[in-house]
Amino acid sequence: MAAALGLVVAESWKLALPALHRFGAAFVVSAAWDPTQDSFGALPFLLGTLVTSAEAMALALPVGLGAAIFLSEMAPPRLRAFVRFPIEMLAAIPSVVVGLWGLFVLAPPLRDHVEPLFARTGLPIFAGTPVGVGLLAAGLVLAVMVLPTVTSLSLEALTAVPRAQREGFYALGATRWETVRRGVLPAARSGLFGAAVLALGRALGETMAVAMVVGNSPDMPRSLLSTGSTLASVIANEFTEAVSDLHQAALAELGLLLLGVTLLLSIAGRLLMRRAVR
Amino acid sequence: MTAAPPRASPFRRRRRAFVDSAMTWLCGACIAIALLPLASLLFMVVARGAGAMSWTFLTHLPKPVGETGGGVGNGLVGSALILGVAAVIALPAGVGAGLYLAARGDGATGRAVRFLAEVLSGAPSVVVGIAVYALLVRPMHRFSAVAGGLALAILMLPMLARATEEAVRMVPRDLFEASLALGVAEWRSSLWVVARTALGGITTAGCLALARAAGETAPLLFTALGNAFWNVRPDQPTASLPVQIFDYAVSPYPDWQRQAWGAALVLLLLVAVLNAVARIATRARLPGGA
Repeated sequence: MAAALGLVVAESWKLALPALHRFGAAFVVSAAWDPTQDSFGALPFLLGTLVTSAEAMALALPVGLGAAIFLSEMAPPRLRAFVRFPIEMLAAIPSVVVGLWGLFVLAPPLRDHVEPLFARTGLPIFAGTPVGVGLLAAGLVLAVMVLPTVTSLSLEALTAVPRAQREGFYALGATRWETVRRGVLPAARSGLFGAAVLALGRALGETMAVAMVVGNSPDMPRSLLSTGSTLASVIANEFTEAVSDLHQAALAELGLLLLGVTLLLSIAGRLLMRRAVR
Repeated sequence: MTAAPPRASPFRRRRRAFVDSAMTWLCGACIAIALLPLASLLFMVVARGAGAMSWTFLTHLPKPVGETGGGVGNGLVGSALILGVAAVIALPAGVGAGLYLAARGDGATGRAVRFLAEVLSGAPSVVVGIAVYALLVRPMHRFSAVAGGLALAILMLPMLARATEEAVRMVPRDLFEASLALGVAEWRSSLWVVARTALGGITTAGCLALARAAGETAPLLFTALGNAFWNVRPDQPTASLPVQIFDYAVSPYPDWQRQAWGAALVLLLLVAVLNAVARIATRARLPGGA
């Protein structure tokens, strides 16, 4: 196990070396990505990753938490078993298939109906031509993909709250919602936070579904409607067609960046979850 | 349920009851929102995939661009080959690690291994693909099924180890000690007594890991690559179902896009079968669903 992890880090490091030497720290702040000119900067992809993941979390966290509250506090037990299964099934669906759905089912109505509506608001984050694929679509698809993670981990955190905690609140005359709001949620706080962090880690590293709907342009994204790329999607798209060793090295360095961030998040998330469930 | 606190006005009590039922409905709505994409996705895959399905689709090679028809037979065979390689690498290592964790995993080493497994399972699969590319593909100057299998194996390892450990820990310790008392060596007791009893659970772990690996696409892009023809040699570039779905989906040809849906249906069925086998294996061994 340790060998496998070490191998992943070491081999990507080796491959990324030329880029590390060539660009140094400027790599992460440079916005120029032009393989034919041998100039590589990570900024557009960092920004793309950040925006799509933030969007996914903004959508998936409230919905997933709401679903988890309903399942753990409100639903009759039979309904709970009945609903839990399909939500966990969603997690087993391969990400190419979700991407396929995003590309052909989600993107066309986005382009024709939803995005023009947003564009009419005149807000700068909705500037540009509606094309369907882009950061907005990628964030939506990501939200769908992390929803099962958020729901089932939140459910775990909520069910770990002792029964006596709830009964105490009911005994004081609290309604069901007041019990949840003031009794259960604060007690489950660190577990819920852990669930969010782990879900964010998954969203950042998700590759195929994003690569299929994000539009894949290496330019700085201007608004939510514009096309873009994420760290993971640009690797998937360009790695096999890398024009030079330096290009490949730059992609490997993007991979290292991604690995570093996701590993930190997954460690933090696990520690939080562990504290909560014990 | 809503006993009034002292000196509460009826207005306030009604408001609290209203907030309570509003939040109940809101959380219920969240369930509906969560299930909506799943329903849409399954419906579309079945509806559009069924149209592409035929015996030819499952058994023939892809046709060149411009000709309609053809199939994903090579992808099916290729996926099976890559998954076979992955299983050969990951099963002994993952199950072995799980057995070790269950038997001796309570010390510092065990905690370290468990922690590494968790960390490894959080690693994005594209990055694993890059690492295997650097390790095998570049030195060999060739994309291959072995490289693809190794990448998938690395992704399966942590899942396998954790699930095996859990399955083994459910075996009563008495059984292990009884075997030791009969003078059987520790490793033999572990392997022949404990692991055999936990076989159902271990089969479940294997199937779930395979099901996850079967749908992985990103690490295969630059390890197994793809292949438009039949291939059963592990040292050659190899087609796989998920990569074919990706290539077809992003292509501009309607007939290929149609086939992407067909291939997605096949892949979903494959994953569903593996998941079903996983459930049955556990149930058969542990009556009552313990």
